[in-house]
Amino acid sequence: MKQQYIDVYADNRDLIKANSAPCLNIIRDAAAEAFKITGFPTHKDEAYLYCPTLQYLATDYGLNLKQIEPKVSEKELFHCSVPGINSVVVAMVNDQMRAISETLPDGVVVCSLKDACERYPEEVENCFNSLASKHADAMTHFNNMLAQNGFFVYVKKNTQLEQPLQIVRMLDATIEMMTVAHNLVYVADNAQAKLLLCDHNRKGSKVFHDTLTEVVVAPHARLELYELESTSETTISHSQLFVTQAEGSEMLLNQLTLSNGITHRHTVVDLDGDHANLWLGGMVLNDRQQKTENYTEINHNASYCNCKELFKYILDEEAEGAFSGRIIVGDGTKQTEAYQTNRNLCLTNTAKMHAKPQLEIYADDVKCGHGATTGQLDETALFYMQARGIGKEEARMLLMLAFVADVIDKITVEPLRDRLRMMTEKRLRGEGVKCNNCSLC
Amino acid sequence: MAEDKINNTKSDDIIADVTSGDYKYGFTTDIETEVIPIGLNEEVVRLISAKKEEPEWLLEFRLKAFRHWQTLKMPKWAHLNIPEIDYQAISYYAAPRKNAPKSLDEVDPELLKTFDKLGIPLEEQKALSGMAVDAVMDSVSVKTTFRETLAEKGIIFCSISEAVKSYPDLVKQYLGSVVSYADNFFAALNCAVFSDGSFVYIPKGVRCPMELSTYFRINAGKTGQFERTLIVADDDSYVSYLEGCTAPQRDENQLHAAIVEIVVMNNAEVKYSTVQNWYPGDKEGKGGIYNFVTKRALCKGDNSKVSWTQVETGSAITWKYPSCVLKGDNSIGEFYSVAVTNNYQQADTGTKMIHIGKNTRSRIVSKGISAGKSENSYRGLVKVMPGAENARNFSQCDSLLLNDHCGAHTFPYMDIQNPTAVVEHEATTSKINEDQLFYCNQRGISTEDAVGLIVNGYAREVINKLPMEFAVEAQKLLSVSLEGSVG
Repeated sequence: MKQQYIDVYADNRDLIKANSAPCLNIIRDAAAEAFKITGFPTHKDEAYLYCPTLQYLATDYGLNLKQIEPKVSEKELFHCSVPGINSVVVAMVNDQMRAISETLPDGVVVCSLKDACERYPEEVENCFNSLASKHADAMTHFNNMLAQNGFFVYVKKNTQLEQPLQIVRMLDATIEMMTVAHNLVYVADNAQAKLLLCDHNRKGSKVFHDTLTEVVVAPHARLELYELESTSETTISHSQLFVTQAEGSEMLLNQLTLSNGITHRHTVVDLDGDHANLWLGGMVLNDRQQKTENYTEINHNASYCNCKELFKYILDEEAEGAFSGRIIVGDGTKQTEAYQTNRNLCLTNTAKMHAKPQLEIYADDVKCGHGATTGQLDETALFYMQARGIGKEEARMLLMLAFVADVIDKITVEPLRDRLRMMTEKRLRGEGVKCNNCSLC
Repeated sequence: MAEDKINNTKSDDIIADVTSGDYKYGFTTDIETEVIPIGLNEEVVRLISAKKEEPEWLLEFRLKAFRHWQTLKMPKWAHLNIPEIDYQAISYYAAPRKNAPKSLDEVDPELLKTFDKLGIPLEEQKALSGMAVDAVMDSVSVKTTFRETLAEKGIIFCSISEAVKSYPDLVKQYLGSVVSYADNFFAALNCAVFSDGSFVYIPKGVRCPMELSTYFRINAGKTGQFERTLIVADDDSYVSYLEGCTAPQRDENQLHAAIVEIVVMNNAEVKYSTVQNWYPGDKEGKGGIYNFVTKRALCKGDNSKVSWTQVETGSAITWKYPSCVLKGDNSIGEFYSVAVTNNYQQADTGTKMIHIGKNTRSRIVSKGISAGKSENSYRGLVKVMPGAENARNFSQCDSLLLNDHCGAHTFPYMDIQNPTAVVEHEATTSKINEDQLFYCNQRGISTEDAVGLIVNGYAREVINKLPMEFAVEAQKLLSVSLEGSVG
């Protein structure tokens, strides 16, 4: 399986390099060598035990090595929007940045990684590959070998950004295609930002979407990152997200999967500074043959850090969900508080759920707990509602909405929260997650 | 403030005491042992089989397992740091020479002394506690008591090699039916070279009148012990089986790869209790037993029940998951465990509950206590198959940390394939509660006693599940392993 990618790289090395961000070229050869040795992970690797995307790597995908821009009209690019959100929308097609809806607020930079290498070499150098190299595994090497571009978000020192930044990634391909992107987010000291990443695909596009995102949250900065996937069953998404949080920083990371094909999310957060705070959560609504895995790893490397993790899954029909959560409390850390919760609903006999909530603790000054449940809706609650004249289906709907509500409630951007409630309801009613009048997805 | 400081230093001292306790059961008995040369190949497997005068089918079983074992690699997924094991440097058979004594007089006096030191004088056991003890030293059963009493009820309790000769049909039917030779690396190894162990058969409708107990002892240096236990509980029967062990102190690492198989038929119940206190290695982590055991119970019949209770305080490395396959409708699986690790000990232990039948229930209570520089992991699987309607599981895993250099880890796995299943898991990790210590201090209980109280209280839920005699021993072991001068 790995050979086809090694060959592609060997044959097109110069072409890839000519059309890539310079910083990516620096690490490319070493990554290719490393990938040659490791190959792809298998289900025997503990972190990839249930990984649903691996088998799809065998397909012979096309790669847009020349970075040719697919034809998408401006109107289409900005079609996906949330009413009243008033966000700055940045449109991307696959791994290429295409357009920005309005001028960026002061203190904020959003551009392609390639441009960033020219305009902000210092910032890029500081952050780039610092996390990926630390947590590198076979999939990281693979990404580093083939990635050509990605987005770069930089929020300058002391910038308090109220308006959310929204990056809409449109996956578009006429043939079976693989896109490989490497993104960088840097929130500097004492800055604040809300970043919304929306993944969509053009109907019928068959895309294997491999992304690697590095996020650096500097001392006393605050970042809210929402990852929202509403693609279709032809999309296979394998993403790696590496975050480091410095002293006194705060982060809210919410990963919402409304509809998708096959998704694997690999999230690693390092709490590297004292008094860092993290809320990491997500919800997954899957039916048909959709599969979603969230692998999360939170490393407590400093003292007085606090993390809360909450993942909720609703699985219908033949869907398969997996959650592997690891919280690692390092030796010598003090006064750590870490809690992990995973709750799942399986609605049919054919839906499958794999849960692995794990704690690894090497210090004694900790308060840690985790809980996981898998079950069905509360019969008595259903009966209560039916007794009050609410139909069974409606009652089920209400209970399911309530089930995922605590994940949605964590969203601080109100229009987005309302929108997600509506989309979740539509999704649970089986009406799909098309935004109004959307011609794309 | 000053008071606080004193208390702090005091509790530091206690924890130092707690973590420096020496192994109290270290001694070696001088008995002539027959050992075959080190190394493992087909010849050795044939030799073991020949020495035990086994029938052809058993030799075939061993050879099939051995050939499969040769294709396997040692698994690496556990949260354990295992030094490379040279399987060719181990002798696979050791037996006390004076075989099968007819009465107590024939038993080697040295051996009797050993049992006295361990606190189980056979005569007293016979007279006072009413237990039948199948004492296993190294690999061959030396002495079985109370056989006659059990025989009256039709209960078979003998060494497995004897069972092969006397009840070949029963053994043939059930041997390898729960843990197949291809199950895992160590199961394959055991199937190939197993030396001896116990066989229990409880006939239909019989309630075993006494606790059945085996005392394992590893006694000869450089010998691996490959025990094999097979328990079959026929319809409507009940048995409580105890297994306990202490091993002599020595420097060489010893490998122990046992298999325990339990078959439970309709309405039957088996309770299996273990107190494990093998030599854990010295304070620098040198030596100690490697305890890699495959234990599995099959609830074959409807309304059957299996209960595993274990207190694990010994061994340098413990790696085992006593499991329940809940195949019969309404069957119940239980797992209660206390695992204590100290100094450089490592433990990766837990359970597997496989729900296959309808209305099956399982309950897991695991308490880990880590001290010194040890690593203590809980790893458990709860699997609900598509046909297991109304399966119910509750798991609780708590970890207690006694200082800041040890590790406590929890790795639960849940595979759910049925919408009616209700599976819950909860876990907490914390150090000894300062408030509780303070509360005890205030009421005149010294910090020393308070630590003892809290640890024993913490493990109480599990220890209560043990039969009386074992509960006492388990508490002693907790004291020895953890409390040092405290207990």
